Amino acid sequence: MAANGKLTGKQRLGWTVLTVVVLVYALFPVAAILATSFKTQADLGNASFLPTNWTWDNYRMILVGDAQELFLTAFRNSIGITLIATFIAVVLATLCAYSIARLNFPGKRIILGTALAVSIFPVISVVTPLFNLWRNIGLYDTWLGLIIPYLSLTLPISIWTLAAFFRQIPWDLEQAAQVDGATQWQAFRRAIVPLAMPGVFTTAIIAFFIAWNDFVYGISLTSTEAARPVPAALAFFTGASQFEEPTGAISAAAIIVTIPVVVLVLLFQRQIVSGLTQGAVKG
Amino acid sequence: MTTAPETSRRQRREAAASSNGKAADRKNGAGAKRTNRAKSEARLGWLIAGPAFFIMLAVTAYPIAQAIYDSMFSFRLTSPDDRSFVFLQNYMTILSDTEVFWSALGVTVLVTVVTVAVELVLGFALALVMHKALKRIRGPLRTAILVPYGIITVVSAFAWYYMFDINSGFVNNWFGWVPGIDSDLDWFANFGTAITVIMASEIWKTTPFIALLLLAGLAQVPDELVEAAKVDGASWRQQMTRVILPNMKAAIMVAVLFRALDAFRIFDNVFIMTNGAANTEVLSLLAYRTSIGRLEIGLGSAVSVILFVCVLLICFIAIKFFKVDLASGTDAKGGK
Repeated sequence: MAANGKLTGKQRLGWTVLTVVVLVYALFPVAAILATSFKTQADLGNASFLPTNWTWDNYRMILVGDAQELFLTAFRNSIGITLIATFIAVVLATLCAYSIARLNFPGKRIILGTALAVSIFPVISVVTPLFNLWRNIGLYDTWLGLIIPYLSLTLPISIWTLAAFFRQIPWDLEQAAQVDGATQWQAFRRAIVPLAMPGVFTTAIIAFFIAWNDFVYGISLTSTEAARPVPAALAFFTGASQFEEPTGAISAAAIIVTIPVVVLVLLFQRQIVSGLTQGAVKG
Repeated sequence: MTTAPETSRRQRREAAASSNGKAADRKNGAGAKRTNRAKSEARLGWLIAGPAFFIMLAVTAYPIAQAIYDSMFSFRLTSPDDRSFVFLQNYMTILSDTEVFWSALGVTVLVTVVTVAVELVLGFALALVMHKALKRIRGPLRTAILVPYGIITVVSAFAWYYMFDINSGFVNNWFGWVPGIDSDLDWFANFGTAITVIMASEIWKTTPFIALLLLAGLAQVPDELVEAAKVDGASWRQQMTRVILPNMKAAIMVAVLFRALDAFRIFDNVFIMTNGAANTEVLSLLAYRTSIGRLEIGLGSAVSVILFVCVLLICFIAIKFFKVDLASGTDAKGGK
């Protein structure tokens, strides 16, 4: 009713209040950690939301100061490992989903079923044997040692999302293009790739989120700065000296690693919503 | 009616479609070679679907098998030569330990039940708001609701921890008027308050996920049905319980199942906020601390296997209860 025609004053007020409530609910903890990241050491115990003296010290500390090594190395690890894992997962999942949607072969259900089963495996049940195996074959505390397990997190949802997406693509277009004289590759590239790209892209974003978010593999399969990603590094961060609480520095680091994700959410919220709901509800 | 090029195009298409046509003959081979084609399609299918499949198996099925195997040995990484086969001894040790294991299981179940219940109600409310929201504010609203989901769980855990922490938090200060909250209340010192904060952070972080799934479900409810109910004079509550909710059954089931599985595996928040202190240890944390922390691989593997079995059990019960086959009929209950 409200969607068409003008709003009465009461409705307008109702919607404004509701929107504000939702916004506060969704953003308040983020605002809290943002405020904390600008507090001085003395301010951390002031028991109020906002700092009394705003300072960039915490950011300086993790970007150019004492904690630089610790944070920047972890940041680089996180970005590198997550991007590589996302890329591999999306390529493999695209191939897999394409063959499931397009080709007729026995075992399709097995693949989809396995993907579902893998996504319900508790990470912690998998991590002990991996920890053991990685130590034996030298993958412990390496990039590859995290990339491989990350694939088990990102592949299942990528396959399901893409399979659901590819099922809706009108594949006849490809044949029509071929009949019109295009080669098989041309037909595929011109007719199908443009239709498939949005789905692949959405999947990539979701896969990136998941790998970026990982904590259990990060703390279990790494021990040094060689491969430790940001979430794990945050947990082991102990502050510049043993007398200083690392609260401010952790908050600043938390804000910095949140920025890429929030930017992605802002830019692609429409695609993410459809990707998430399609993949999951269909699954 | 049709122009010349179009006619020829159609002819060509027909020729391609007919199995007797020369074009089709040349391209595909005739009926006798069908089975060959099916075979090569199957080969191609497995060739390009295979790598993803085998990686998933290698990273999960193999370690699970290894965990089951390891769980039957008395095996500490600190003394690797002292490895001996003890069969189900580890499981006995764990299951008879009421202090640690059963308490962890209880906490895990409590967290799962409470968070899923609260998230279902809250997520439905958020989904309704998004569904009914005016076009103009729909985008910003959805973005804001998605933000918690995009936040790294560890970051969200720190945010909540610092809000409630007795040294750096402002909650005691702001909510001093609420009975039970004193300025010197240490939230993470008692089980009740600590688990409340842990659950609150979990709920905040993952409600968007449920809200989105329910939004997809809401979109599936045919408008005509709702309109018809309205015309028949159904109250808002009747519209909800008789028309909207029954039509959203699949979406609700998927949301509950996925969230329950996820909540049961809770780890990050607990690790950051209490690390198991004040009796807030959950199963994942217990498994982590036994195997990775104390290097008791045998015992830790047994905890992992028990956790895995619990998760399977949840799946089984949910599927039986909702009578939905997850692997098939993906289109039947799919939403657009």
